[in-house]
Amino acid sequence: MSTNIINRVIGSANDWMQERAPGLSQWWDRHAAKYYAPKNFNFWYFFGSLALLMFVNQILTGIWLTMNFKPSAAEAFDSVEYIMRDVEWGWLIRYMHSTGASAFFIVVYLHMFRGLIYGSYQKPRELVWTLGVVIFLALMAEAFFGYVLPWGQMSYWGAQVITSLFSAVPVIGPDLVEFIRGDYLISDVTLNRFFALHVIAVPFVLAGLIYLHLMALHEVGSNNPDGVDIKKVKDKATGIPKDGIAFHPYYTVKDLFGTSFFLMIFAFIIFFEPSVGGWFLEHDNFSPANSMVTPQHIKPVWYFTPYYAMLRAIPDKLLGVIVMGAATLIFFAVPWLDRSKVKSIRYRGPITKIMLTLFVISFCVLGWLGAQSGSDTQKLVAQVLTFFYFSFFFTMPIWTAVDKTKPVPERVTFDH
Amino acid sequence: MKKLIALVFTLVASLAQASGDAGIKIHSSGADLSDQASLQRGAALFMNYCMGCHSLKYLRYSRMAADLGLTEAQVMSSMNFTDIKFGEAMTVAMKPADGEKWIGKAPPDLSLTARVRGSADWIYTYLKSFYRDPSRPLGWNNTLFPAASMPNVLWELQGVQSAVFDAPHGGQAGAAPVFSHFEPVQPGRLNAEEYDQVARDISNFLQYAAEPAGLEAPANRRLGVGFPRGADLAHLVAEA
Repeated sequence: MSTNIINRVIGSANDWMQERAPGLSQWWDRHAAKYYAPKNFNFWYFFGSLALLMFVNQILTGIWLTMNFKPSAAEAFDSVEYIMRDVEWGWLIRYMHSTGASAFFIVVYLHMFRGLIYGSYQKPRELVWTLGVVIFLALMAEAFFGYVLPWGQMSYWGAQVITSLFSAVPVIGPDLVEFIRGDYLISDVTLNRFFALHVIAVPFVLAGLIYLHLMALHEVGSNNPDGVDIKKVKDKATGIPKDGIAFHPYYTVKDLFGTSFFLMIFAFIIFFEPSVGGWFLEHDNFSPANSMVTPQHIKPVWYFTPYYAMLRAIPDKLLGVIVMGAATLIFFAVPWLDRSKVKSIRYRGPITKIMLTLFVISFCVLGWLGAQSGSDTQKLVAQVLTFFYFSFFFTMPIWTAVDKTKPVPERVTFDH
Repeated sequence: MKKLIALVFTLVASLAQASGDAGIKIHSSGADLSDQASLQRGAALFMNYCMGCHSLKYLRYSRMAADLGLTEAQVMSSMNFTDIKFGEAMTVAMKPADGEKWIGKAPPDLSLTARVRGSADWIYTYLKSFYRDPSRPLGWNNTLFPAASMPNVLWELQGVQSAVFDAPHGGQAGAAPVFSHFEPVQPGRLNAEEYDQVARDISNFLQYAAEPAGLEAPANRRLGVGFPRGADLAHLVAEA
């Protein structure tokens, strides 16, 4: 009954908005209430929403951190300790941000893996995938700039190593490095500009890209674990896919469940082991930056170590940089490298399964190697795995084409 | 498939083996942030034996008092021998240049040492690893931190020990001798067990000083459980 005062207030507010912004409810319908997603989403479909959650977490905690952080070489390290000790709940905000960075990469890597196993990049979702890869690259830039800000030893020397990679560029290399650093070495100037990039430039780019990623997805519709095109079988009367359910409320509720489970693990790490034994927050970064003392063993945080292992595995500097860059850029090509007739791993043959398994193993082992000191044996293994990493992509047109496939059902498979 | 997985595991295990360095064994300190008496003793020991040279510039006296269940009077009368005010950070009067002149290296601030070293265990082991070495300027050396500038300031408590080294493996020329064990030279005021407790209390306190939030974590408080550190987790994994 609309005699209820709350209902009446909401109703009239709704009418007021409807008159002035008629597109708003259309927008809501298009992207939530009447966005029909396949009904057979499984565990792997949590990670997109979790990535969005982590983005929001990073923005919010980031805003509160900037209220007390001082982006200058003289004060940055002390201001982080000030946040950890003297700011009310500052330690929690800082750990949410630092653990959040690692959690962001965990969910993004799992989200990308989901795309690989279910062929979510295949036609017509090439644009969704390539926008996703751009987000991945922007996220890496964001994480790199952010890692410099606490101005610890690893912040400083990590930045020194990564920026010096640009000196491998022919002809303009040394000038380019100086341009990026704004100085001959990593200094106060560098810290200040990385702060600007970390809190303004890259987050803006990321927000825009995430919006485009979602809009591109909603244009073509979501893939699913069966790789079945749900738009092929529609209800004649309503025109709604028979295997589709409205994103809101069905998937908003499902994602809330995933979110609560994820937050349980996230909170456990924040409260009990925020540095994860030096993997999320490195021990060396609790020493203030010192340009006169080089740490024994410079390494990036875990989410960069697979690529760092590749860089170190190549004896030539320029070639190493090219290999490392190519290892991230090659994801762009995946939609065109996959020649399989089917999308999902459920209907593909053993070759695809073995190749994907080996790819995941080599990526993880490379990640572990990138965090080690780099003995000769380790370097050799890294070289072999780097070779396999690229072989996985370069031979993809062959093994996806020759691999056996099973017939894909008409409708999605769903047990319940 | 099983063979493949087994192969990968063997490979990873052998790589891990190859990368593990054959350094000095780090002893488990048993430091426990929920043991307030230990933290209080550690604070008192730190003020008496360490703070002549080492500051805790990120920790305030007032914060320490509140966290460790001490009163302002207790801290100001029996711990703080300087004219630094209760609400201020625990700095020292010694100038870095003087430290360099007197000891060879300016004594570092210890606020974050437990985090830089990864755990309280490193500090615990360090405090137990001093030995007599006439070749060093101050007559002291440390097996965990060779050629450390710091003398053993706790020698009165621990006593004096000497280190016994074995010939290097394989007998290569120029290779460093391998530490074998300590031998007591002169007893201290405390027996070995009591001294271990002193080292434990100090490392526990420095663990707290490195991250006061470790004490404040609501989960830590409410559940009454310790704050498991990376080393503990690694230990658990190793036991499993």
